[in-house]
Amino acid sequence: MAEEYWRWTESRWTNPDIDWKKGDIITGGVDVGSVSSQAVVFVDGQLYCYGNTRTGSNSPDSAHKAMGLAMEDTGMSLDDLQYTVGTGYGRVNVPFGTRAITEIACHARGANFMYGPTVKTVLDMGGQDCKAIHCDPRGKVTNFLMNDKCAAGTGRGMEVFADLLQVPITQIGELSLQVEKEPPPVSSTCVVFAKSEASSLLREGWPKEKVIAAYCSAMAHRVVTLLERIGVEEDFAITGGIAKNVGVVGRIEKELGITALKPKIDTQIAGAVGAALFGDALVKKERKKG
Amino acid sequence: MIANYGYKDGSGDYFIAIDTDRCDGCGACVPVCPNSVFMVMDEDPNDPMREEPVAVVADDQRKKIKYACAQCKPGGERMPLPCVVACPVDAITHSW
Repeated sequence: MAEEYWRWTESRWTNPDIDWKKGDIITGGVDVGSVSSQAVVFVDGQLYCYGNTRTGSNSPDSAHKAMGLAMEDTGMSLDDLQYTVGTGYGRVNVPFGTRAITEIACHARGANFMYGPTVKTVLDMGGQDCKAIHCDPRGKVTNFLMNDKCAAGTGRGMEVFADLLQVPITQIGELSLQVEKEPPPVSSTCVVFAKSEASSLLREGWPKEKVIAAYCSAMAHRVVTLLERIGVEEDFAITGGIAKNVGVVGRIEKELGITALKPKIDTQIAGAVGAALFGDALVKKERKKG
Repeated sequence: MIANYGYKDGSGDYFIAIDTDRCDGCGACVPVCPNSVFMVMDEDPNDPMREEPVAVVADDQRKKIKYACAQCKPGGERMPLPCVVACPVDAITHSW
């Protein structure tokens, strides 16, 4: 089988400092995206474990797969979750979900938890869409827009480029910075057209890193124009898979003239984190009502 | 919250912004739109802790509002937009 340059590693993590059996409120968050699916479990408002997988052709299966990976070796089962919130593109297809909440609300809430209450602007660069969100110190959305009409400037676009240029996706960012002079951005951001534009640049003799730089820069410019509509205020954070690409992140920072906060945990789980936190808040609300 | 529904593509920016702090879900925008762009939801999908109704741009219209709104936006002189006029709290704005 040919090497799959686009393939990123699926991962999981458990917080060793938490004994979930002693937890009072245990909630789950599942973000079934168009490219990747994440599941997290929160115990009393703290992140206990997560799993990050690729989305398959079937949303319910992907939700199960992500939660299964998150709970691996923890001794937990779905029955231990008191409230589960589904989010993302496939949010209504989470079979064990108590409720579905939009990814806009979840990403803001998740970024607020992951980066702290100083975050005012969140850019989510997902698999097939891009969201620009302005939020308050509690993680409540104050202004947002989402562009999901085309996959330009998204993770899927980057996967296509990794394959075309035969560069492992995790190395794209670094490689794109190895140019002496920044090339002009590719003129098309549409994945299909950008790919054919890149093919002709390669034919003209452009080295790989120059072509990648031109694509990263086009992607950065495109999302910056989206951010400008909602207004960028610091602190600024980027979530989603592309947040791991230093080539795109660096160029966004340069164009905006501000630095994005450095992530401490996997940037892809922000939506699922927000979902689980909403679950936590909703359990508390129900208890209050009695 | 300012909810921007729509998209940006090679031809421009097409967003309808609804100020949900002003909107109380009265629904005046729904019948005046010739293409059923708006609908009222019992709760705000982007603000799960809010429990009041709110107007949103219908899901099936979000990726084509440039065309859905075209009827009210002829070239040359343009009449005030029915949705904007109908809203009693000035919660609706169009980006184009």
